[in-house]
Amino acid sequence: MKHVDEYRDGALARGVARRIAEEAQPGRHYRLMEFCGGHTHAISRYGVEDLLPENIRMIHGPGCPVCVLPMGRIDDAIRLAARPEVTLCTYADLMRVPASGATSLMKAKADGADIRMVYSTLDAIAIAEKEPDREIVFFAIGFETTTPPTALAIRLAQKKRLRNFSIFCNHVLTPAAMQAILEAKEGVEIEGFVGPAHVSTVIGMSPYRRFATDYHKPVVIAGFEPLDVIQAVLMLVRQINDGRSEIENQYRRAVTETGNNKAIDEMAEIFELRESFEWRGLGEIPRSALRLREPYAQFDAERRFCVVTLPARDNPACECGAILRGAKRPQDCKLFGTACTPETPMGSCMVSSEGSCAAHWAYGRFRQIERRKAS
Amino acid sequence: MNKHEPLGRKLDLRHGRVDLSHGSGGRAMARLIADVFHAAFDNDWLRAGNDQAAFDIPGGRMAMTTDGYVVSPLFFPGGDIGKLAVHGTINDIAMAGARPLHMSASFIIEEGFPLADLSRIAQSMGEASREAGVPIVTGDTKVVERGKADGVFISTACVGVVPAGLELSGDKARPGDVILLSGAIGDHGVAVMSKRENLSFETEVLSDTAALHELVAAMVAAAGASIRLMRDPTRGGLAATLNEVAHQSKVGAQIDEASIPVAPQVAAACELLGLDPLFVANEGKLVAIVAPEAADALLAVMRAHPLGARSARIGEIVADEHCFVQMTTRFGGGRIIDWLSGEQLPRIC
Repeated sequence: MKHVDEYRDGALARGVARRIAEEAQPGRHYRLMEFCGGHTHAISRYGVEDLLPENIRMIHGPGCPVCVLPMGRIDDAIRLAARPEVTLCTYADLMRVPASGATSLMKAKADGADIRMVYSTLDAIAIAEKEPDREIVFFAIGFETTTPPTALAIRLAQKKRLRNFSIFCNHVLTPAAMQAILEAKEGVEIEGFVGPAHVSTVIGMSPYRRFATDYHKPVVIAGFEPLDVIQAVLMLVRQINDGRSEIENQYRRAVTETGNNKAIDEMAEIFELRESFEWRGLGEIPRSALRLREPYAQFDAERRFCVVTLPARDNPACECGAILRGAKRPQDCKLFGTACTPETPMGSCMVSSEGSCAAHWAYGRFRQIERRKAS
Repeated sequence: MNKHEPLGRKLDLRHGRVDLSHGSGGRAMARLIADVFHAAFDNDWLRAGNDQAAFDIPGGRMAMTTDGYVVSPLFFPGGDIGKLAVHGTINDIAMAGARPLHMSASFIIEEGFPLADLSRIAQSMGEASREAGVPIVTGDTKVVERGKADGVFISTACVGVVPAGLELSGDKARPGDVILLSGAIGDHGVAVMSKRENLSFETEVLSDTAALHELVAAMVAAAGASIRLMRDPTRGGLAATLNEVAHQSKVGAQIDEASIPVAPQVAAACELLGLDPLFVANEGKLVAIVAPEAADALLAVMRAHPLGARSARIGEIVADEHCFVQMTTRFGGGRIIDWLSGEQLPRIC
């Protein structure tokens, strides 16, 4: 497949891997966080770690929208869906996220709530048009990548004068989370970041500058293909060896310095910053999430249905929080592979295919056995 | 690690409810079958976990299977629910190495369903069964109120004769055995998906739906004694099939991504939809686990048959107490191929 296969080429990968092995200094640790779940997935799916030397450790970051959504917001969505007039439209990977009291959207659906899986915001708009007597609520989640499509849906709903469409807004911001990780007390030392791919196509490179200037951490923005990731690792190794901390762009085929101005303007027009928002595993992070501005209040499910998020406690044995901060690995969690599997997830990191527990379970759990045997 | 409980936690039979993941061909479905149906019907044939049961009758050995079809949409590129029902049922018998003889078909029809569509489906079934030489000799018809079914559901059964001395079963794979695949994967799933109401996209991919009993007959004639087992990788795709075999035979499998044929259009559609072809359904492919010394000869026999022209040797069975299916990626790394978790593509067959 053109424009895909060349980024998964094994021979090219081995070439880059050889250079990494030559340049990585034996006495040194390279702890690199790939922020995005998309990178985590690529690393696991293609076995990228097998091509890296022992002293380079990839730490899977919190850039998986499903994983960082706090349980209280899933509870809200279930309560919304339980209202007889509401049809809740959601992406499929939210369906199995555990909510309070061992429920989930999947179980709520089996119990009779009108919950429909959609592939895009536009599907939800189409349902709203087709069923004017239903209140259609779109469960909007995601980083800066999925925010513009939500903005577009609101514009479209406005244009079509839809009175039965609203969004339950859970859009969050990447740079705020990266900062929270760097400032976390129980975090892990990170020498550099593999920076977001799709998010950066929207926001550009400049929002990451402060990580280089204020925190002296190199960031290499990389695409989601395995060759992108391994090349970004080489670029990070070089920066760390040279003592540099720069924002570099491996993903030049899609990311520019300033990003997509039209999308940025549209987001700024429709959304405003929340003062604070809870992230699973990272806690409350100030100015890290978006809500609809007042002129768009009619499209805001939180205002329309008076949603009040109640505090919800995760299973105390679940290590999703420490895993999302990079402080622990999936296999360090007692629940991993015993009580918590993709079929019966206890924590959100096991639900989304981009979550580090699910990725480790689905693609990489043979490694810990090999290591145990070796030691 | 769930070394001893590869299907995960038991179902909560008091409070739990069936959800779509219980029909996806993955671990959740295996769990449902174990906890509900095996628990209630328990016997040696069922416990063997094959797509059919084979048992001795006076004068020989017989294979029997039953299957249900709920595919949506009813008509898709390369086939329809009727043709699929005939082929899928025949294939379940063929995977025992058996020769299918007669089949049945029962219809659950929703009030208001157009007669033209029903007739078109029946004609297609008739044609498929005549082509395969397996007549539909009995049937049943039920009509339910509007909204109590979705158009038409078809349930089938089929009986066949197992050649003397042949005993294929999912628990017979041994370390060193070779894994053969009869062609490119993912066509059926992608063809059906391309016509889904909320997902339609333009593609030239046709369902691979086909009756495999003649290909199987050629394989059995050439080297029947060397075949440990055969499976058709339908729901849950190649990944589910290999995991089932690993689980039943208590072995692992090691496969090589570069050796698995995938049509470029299927690869492109999967890329677009975020699917992995390894998990996408097939309706005209088989996986054969065979003794290593017979692998090359069998591969040649498969390739000589039109339905096996793109057959490939994709890996081997290995000893592994964890029953992992592992793959060397094209990129050069290693990964597990797990069962499909959750519901990815409901009502694919």
